[in-house]
Amino acid sequence: MKVTILQFPGTNCEYDTQHAFEQLGATTEIVWHKAESLPSDTNLLVVAGGFSYGDYLRSGAIAKFSPVMKAVTEYANKGGKVLGICNGFQVLTEAGLLPGALKRNDGLHFISKHHALKVENNDNIFLEKLEQGDVVNIPIAHHDGNYYINEAGLADLEANSQILLRYTNANGEIKNPNGSVSSIAGVCNKSKNVFGLMPHPERAMESILGSDDGVKMLEGFLAL
Amino acid sequence: MTAIVNVSLKAGVLDSQGKAVHHALDSLQFNGIEDVRVGKQIVLKLTETDKEKAMVEVTKMCEEILANTVIEDYTIELV
Repeated sequence: MKVTILQFPGTNCEYDTQHAFEQLGATTEIVWHKAESLPSDTNLLVVAGGFSYGDYLRSGAIAKFSPVMKAVTEYANKGGKVLGICNGFQVLTEAGLLPGALKRNDGLHFISKHHALKVENNDNIFLEKLEQGDVVNIPIAHHDGNYYINEAGLADLEANSQILLRYTNANGEIKNPNGSVSSIAGVCNKSKNVFGLMPHPERAMESILGSDDGVKMLEGFLAL
Repeated sequence: MTAIVNVSLKAGVLDSQGKAVHHALDSLQFNGIEDVRVGKQIVLKLTETDKEKAMVEVTKMCEEILANTVIEDYTIELV
Protein backbone atom coordinates (compact mmCIF):
# COMPACT_ATOMS: atom_id res chain seq x y z
CA MET A 1 0.00 0.00 0.00
CA LYS A 2 1.67 3.17 -1.22
CA VAL A 3 0.43 6.62 -0.22
CA THR A 4 1.60 9.62 -2.21
CA ILE A 5 1.23 12.94 -0.40
CA LEU A 6 1.22 16.27 -2.25
CA GLN A 7 3.21 19.21 -0.99
CA PHE A 8 2.56 22.76 -2.19
CA PRO A 9 4.30 25.87 -0.91
CA GLY A 10 2.38 26.46 2.34
CA THR A 11 1.27 22.86 2.92
CA ASN A 12 1.88 22.02 6.59
CA CYS A 13 0.20 18.67 7.29
CA GLU A 14 2.24 16.49 4.93
CA TYR A 15 4.47 15.06 7.68
CA ASP A 16 1.54 14.37 10.06
CA THR A 17 -0.21 12.61 7.20
CA GLN A 18 2.94 10.64 6.38
CA HIS A 19 3.35 9.66 10.04
CA ALA A 20 -0.29 8.58 10.30
CA PHE A 21 -0.16 6.31 7.25
CA GLU A 22 3.23 4.86 8.23
CA GLN A 23 1.78 4.09 11.66
CA LEU A 24 -0.82 2.01 9.79
CA GLY A 25 1.91 0.18 7.88
CA ALA A 26 1.73 1.97 4.52
CA THR A 27 4.76 3.18 2.59
CA THR A 28 4.65 6.87 1.76
CA GLU A 29 6.22 9.42 -0.52
CA ILE A 30 5.91 13.20 -0.41
CA VAL A 31 5.71 14.75 -3.87
CA TRP A 32 6.51 18.42 -4.51
CA HIS A 33 3.94 20.36 -6.54
CA LYS A 34 6.37 20.86 -9.46
CA ALA A 35 6.31 17.14 -10.27
CA GLU A 36 4.64 16.43 -13.59
CA SER A 37 3.75 12.85 -12.80
CA LEU A 38 2.85 10.77 -9.75
CA PRO A 39 4.81 7.70 -8.58
CA SER A 40 3.48 4.83 -10.70
CA ASP A 41 2.92 2.59 -7.68
CA THR A 42 0.57 5.10 -5.99
CA ASN A 43 -2.48 3.42 -4.41
CA LEU A 44 -3.77 6.52 -2.67
CA LEU A 45 -3.06 10.17 -3.34
CA VAL A 46 -3.48 12.55 -0.41
CA VAL A 47 -3.76 16.30 -0.83
CA ALA A 48 -2.63 17.33 2.64
CA GLY A 49 -3.79 20.25 4.74
CA GLY A 50 -2.17 23.63 5.22
CA PHE A 51 -2.31 26.98 3.50
CA SER A 52 -1.17 26.38 -0.06
CA TYR A 53 0.01 29.66 -1.61
CA GLY A 54 -0.97 31.47 1.60
CA ASP A 55 -4.67 31.02 0.72
CA TYR A 56 -4.20 33.97 -1.67
CA LEU A 57 -7.23 34.85 -3.81
CA ARG A 58 -9.22 31.93 -2.33
CA SER A 59 -8.16 28.84 -0.40
CA GLY A 60 -6.91 26.31 -2.93
CA ALA A 61 -7.41 28.62 -5.91
CA ILE A 62 -3.76 28.96 -6.92
CA ALA A 63 -2.79 25.38 -6.08
CA LYS A 64 -5.15 24.02 -8.71
CA PHE A 65 -2.81 25.36 -11.41
CA SER A 66 0.32 23.72 -10.00
CA PRO A 67 2.10 21.46 -12.50
CA VAL A 68 1.24 18.32 -10.51
CA MET A 69 -2.51 18.96 -10.66
CA LYS A 70 -2.74 17.78 -14.26
CA ALA A 71 -1.43 14.38 -13.20
CA VAL A 72 -3.80 14.41 -10.21
CA THR A 73 -6.81 15.02 -12.45
CA GLU A 74 -5.73 12.25 -14.83
CA TYR A 75 -5.18 9.90 -11.90
CA ALA A 76 -8.62 10.69 -10.44
CA ASN A 77 -10.36 10.38 -13.81
CA LYS A 78 -8.85 6.92 -14.25
CA GLY A 79 -10.44 5.88 -10.95
CA GLY A 80 -7.38 6.45 -8.72
CA LYS A 81 -8.25 7.06 -5.06
CA VAL A 82 -7.75 10.64 -3.88
CA LEU A 83 -8.21 12.05 -0.37
CA GLY A 84 -8.19 15.80 0.31
CA ILE A 85 -7.92 16.89 3.93
CA CYS A 86 -8.75 20.47 4.93
CA ASN A 87 -6.83 22.65 2.43
CA GLY A 88 -6.68 19.51 0.28
CA PHE A 89 -10.50 19.47 0.24
CA GLN A 90 -10.48 23.13 -0.81
CA VAL A 91 -7.99 22.36 -3.60
CA LEU A 92 -10.12 19.46 -4.88
CA THR A 93 -13.30 21.58 -5.00
CA GLU A 94 -11.43 24.41 -6.75
CA ALA A 95 -10.07 21.90 -9.25
CA GLY A 96 -13.60 20.65 -9.92
CA LEU A 97 -12.81 17.12 -8.72
CA LEU A 98 -15.37 17.49 -5.93
CA PRO A 99 -18.69 19.37 -6.02
CA GLY A 100 -19.36 22.58 -4.05
CA ALA A 101 -17.03 25.15 -2.55
CA LEU A 102 -15.70 26.22 0.85
CA LYS A 103 -16.46 29.70 2.16
CA ARG A 104 -15.32 31.70 5.17
CA ASN A 105 -16.76 30.28 8.44
CA ASP A 106 -20.03 31.98 9.35
CA GLY A 107 -18.59 33.22 12.66
CA LEU A 108 -15.59 34.64 10.71
CA HIS A 109 -13.18 33.07 13.21
CA PHE A 110 -10.57 30.42 12.64
CA ILE A 111 -11.84 27.35 14.52
CA SER A 112 -9.38 24.89 16.04
CA LYS A 113 -10.85 22.21 18.30
CA HIS A 114 -11.98 18.61 18.50
CA HIS A 115 -15.42 18.09 16.98
CA ALA A 116 -17.84 15.20 16.81
CA LEU A 117 -18.74 13.96 13.34
CA LYS A 118 -21.42 11.49 12.33
CA VAL A 119 -20.81 8.94 9.60
CA GLU A 120 -23.56 9.48 7.03
CA ASN A 121 -22.59 6.96 4.38
CA ASN A 122 -20.11 4.11 4.55
CA ASP A 123 -20.65 2.49 1.16
CA ASN A 124 -17.22 3.76 0.12
CA ILE A 125 -13.65 2.63 0.76
CA PHE A 126 -12.87 5.58 3.05
CA LEU A 127 -15.48 4.92 5.73
CA GLU A 128 -16.24 1.24 5.24
CA LYS A 129 -14.61 0.33 8.57
CA LEU A 130 -17.20 2.48 10.32
CA GLU A 131 -20.94 2.03 10.64
CA GLN A 132 -23.52 4.49 9.43
CA GLY A 133 -24.45 6.66 12.42
CA ASP A 134 -21.11 6.15 14.20
CA VAL A 135 -19.84 9.30 15.87
CA VAL A 136 -16.10 10.02 15.72
CA ASN A 137 -14.07 12.69 17.50
CA ILE A 138 -11.72 14.44 15.07
CA PRO A 139 -9.95 17.83 15.23
CA ILE A 140 -10.99 20.65 12.95
CA ALA A 141 -8.70 23.61 12.18
CA HIS A 142 -9.96 25.94 9.50
CA HIS A 143 -11.02 29.45 8.55
CA ASP A 144 -12.73 28.54 5.29
CA GLY A 145 -14.63 25.38 6.17
CA ASN A 146 -18.15 26.55 5.46
CA TYR A 147 -19.24 24.10 2.76
CA TYR A 148 -21.57 25.53 0.13
CA ILE A 149 -23.52 23.79 -2.57
CA ASN A 150 -26.78 24.91 -4.20
CA GLU A 151 -30.07 23.10 -3.58
CA ALA A 152 -29.91 20.99 -6.72
CA GLY A 153 -26.34 20.00 -5.89
CA LEU A 154 -27.33 19.05 -2.34
CA ALA A 155 -30.18 16.89 -3.62
CA ASP A 156 -27.67 15.15 -5.92
CA LEU A 157 -25.29 14.50 -3.02
CA GLU A 158 -28.14 13.02 -0.98
CA ALA A 159 -29.43 10.88 -3.84
CA ASN A 160 -26.00 9.36 -4.55
CA SER A 161 -25.00 8.98 -0.88
CA GLN A 162 -22.04 11.31 -1.41
CA ILE A 163 -22.26 12.98 2.00
CA LEU A 164 -19.58 11.30 4.10
CA LEU A 165 -19.72 13.14 7.41
CA ARG A 166 -21.78 15.77 9.22
CA TYR A 167 -20.80 17.96 12.18
CA THR A 168 -22.71 16.85 15.28
CA ASN A 169 -22.46 16.71 19.06
CA ALA A 170 -21.24 13.57 20.83
CA ASN A 171 -24.77 12.10 20.58
CA GLY A 172 -24.84 12.44 16.83
CA GLU A 173 -27.27 15.38 16.84
CA ILE A 174 -26.51 18.11 14.31
CA LYS A 175 -24.22 20.82 15.68
CA ASN A 176 -22.84 23.12 13.06
CA PRO A 177 -19.60 24.97 13.91
CA ASN A 178 -19.07 26.92 10.70
CA GLY A 179 -22.33 27.36 8.79
CA SER A 180 -21.82 24.49 6.32
CA VAL A 181 -24.86 23.69 4.18
CA SER A 182 -26.65 20.75 5.82
CA SER A 183 -23.81 20.65 8.41
CA ILE A 184 -21.62 18.84 5.86
CA ALA A 185 -18.03 18.08 6.93
CA GLY A 186 -16.99 15.84 4.04
CA VAL A 187 -18.16 14.59 0.63
CA CYS A 188 -17.05 12.32 -2.16
CA ASN A 189 -17.55 12.42 -5.92
CA LYS A 190 -20.18 10.38 -7.72
CA SER A 191 -17.81 7.54 -8.58
CA LYS A 192 -16.68 7.40 -4.93
CA ASN A 193 -12.96 7.54 -5.64
CA VAL A 194 -12.33 11.19 -4.67
CA PHE A 195 -12.91 12.14 -1.03
CA GLY A 196 -12.67 15.47 0.77
CA LEU A 197 -13.21 16.58 4.34
CA MET A 198 -12.35 19.59 6.48
CA PRO A 199 -11.57 17.68 9.73
CA HIS A 200 -8.12 16.14 10.23
CA PRO A 201 -8.20 12.34 10.78
CA GLU A 202 -4.37 12.31 10.60
CA ARG A 203 -4.35 14.34 13.85
CA ALA A 204 -6.46 11.74 15.67
CA MET A 205 -4.14 8.72 15.69
CA GLU A 206 -3.26 8.38 19.40
CA SER A 207 -5.76 8.26 22.28
CA ILE A 208 -3.15 9.89 24.52
CA LEU A 209 -3.32 12.93 22.23
CA GLY A 210 -7.10 13.25 22.50
CA SER A 211 -8.51 10.70 20.05
CA ASP A 212 -7.53 7.77 17.88
CA ASP A 213 -10.73 7.78 15.83
CA GLY A 214 -8.71 8.79 12.77
CA VAL A 215 -7.27 5.27 12.67
CA LYS A 216 -10.68 3.76 11.84
CA MET A 217 -11.08 6.26 9.02
CA LEU A 218 -7.68 6.06 7.33
CA GLU A 219 -7.58 2.27 7.80
CA GLY A 220 -10.26 1.92 5.14
CA PHE A 221 -7.67 2.74 2.49
CA LEU A 222 -5.30 -0.04 3.58
CA ALA A 223 -7.27 -2.52 1.50
CA LEU A 224 -5.84 -0.82 -1.61
CA MET B 1 -6.13 49.58 -20.85
CA THR B 2 -7.15 48.75 -17.30
CA ALA B 3 -9.64 46.06 -16.37
CA ILE B 4 -11.40 46.37 -13.03
CA VAL B 5 -12.83 43.05 -11.89
CA ASN B 6 -15.24 43.00 -8.98
CA VAL B 7 -15.88 39.63 -7.39
CA SER B 8 -18.57 39.05 -4.78
CA LEU B 9 -20.58 36.20 -3.35
CA LYS B 10 -23.70 35.36 -5.38
CA ALA B 11 -27.03 36.67 -4.26
CA GLY B 12 -28.48 33.93 -2.09
CA VAL B 13 -25.09 32.84 -0.76
CA LEU B 14 -24.81 34.11 2.81
CA ASP B 15 -22.09 36.76 3.08
CA SER B 16 -21.01 36.53 6.72
CA GLN B 17 -18.43 39.32 6.34
CA GLY B 18 -21.11 41.59 4.91
CA LYS B 19 -23.36 40.70 7.82
CA ALA B 20 -20.64 41.54 10.35
CA VAL B 21 -19.94 44.89 8.64
CA HIS B 22 -23.68 45.62 8.59
CA HIS B 23 -23.82 44.91 12.30
CA ALA B 24 -20.84 47.19 12.96
CA LEU B 25 -22.45 50.01 10.96
CA ASP B 26 -25.64 49.54 12.95
CA SER B 27 -23.77 49.85 16.22
CA LEU B 28 -22.18 53.07 14.94
CA GLN B 29 -25.73 54.28 14.41
CA PHE B 30 -25.57 54.54 10.61
CA ASN B 31 -29.20 54.00 9.75
CA GLY B 32 -30.99 53.13 6.56
CA ILE B 33 -28.71 50.33 5.39
CA GLU B 34 -30.70 47.46 3.91
CA ASP B 35 -27.89 45.07 3.12
CA VAL B 36 -24.07 44.96 3.00
CA ARG B 37 -22.05 42.74 0.68
CA VAL B 38 -18.26 42.54 0.88
CA GLY B 39 -16.36 41.63 -2.26
CA LYS B 40 -12.91 42.03 -3.71
CA GLN B 41 -11.55 44.12 -6.53
CA ILE B 42 -8.79 42.97 -8.85
CA VAL B 43 -7.23 45.60 -11.10
CA LEU B 44 -5.40 44.38 -14.20
CA LYS B 45 -3.21 46.56 -16.40
CA LEU B 46 -3.49 45.15 -19.90
CA THR B 47 -1.36 45.63 -23.00
CA GLU B 48 -4.39 44.86 -25.20
CA THR B 49 -5.91 47.97 -26.78
CA ASP B 50 -8.99 46.36 -28.38
CA LYS B 51 -11.88 46.47 -25.88
CA GLU B 52 -13.71 43.50 -27.31
CA LYS B 53 -10.63 41.27 -27.25
CA ALA B 54 -9.78 42.44 -23.74
CA MET B 55 -13.30 41.61 -22.54
CA VAL B 56 -13.07 38.08 -23.97
CA GLU B 57 -9.69 37.54 -22.34
CA VAL B 58 -10.64 38.94 -18.92
CA THR B 59 -13.90 36.94 -18.93
CA LYS B 60 -11.80 33.82 -19.45
CA MET B 61 -9.57 34.83 -16.53
CA CYS B 62 -12.62 35.28 -14.31
CA GLU B 63 -14.08 31.92 -15.25
CA GLU B 64 -10.79 30.08 -14.79
CA ILE B 65 -9.31 31.63 -11.69
CA LEU B 66 -10.36 35.11 -10.55
CA ALA B 67 -13.81 33.97 -9.42
CA ASN B 68 -15.13 30.64 -8.18
CA THR B 69 -18.41 30.59 -10.07
CA VAL B 70 -19.87 28.00 -7.69
CA ILE B 71 -20.25 30.75 -5.08
CA GLU B 72 -19.18 34.00 -6.72
CA ASP B 73 -20.33 36.45 -9.39
CA TYR B 74 -18.04 38.90 -11.16
CA THR B 75 -18.31 42.11 -13.14
CA ILE B 76 -15.71 43.52 -15.51
CA GLU B 77 -15.18 47.19 -16.25
CA LEU B 78 -12.68 48.32 -18.89
CA VAL B 79 -11.24 51.82 -18.65
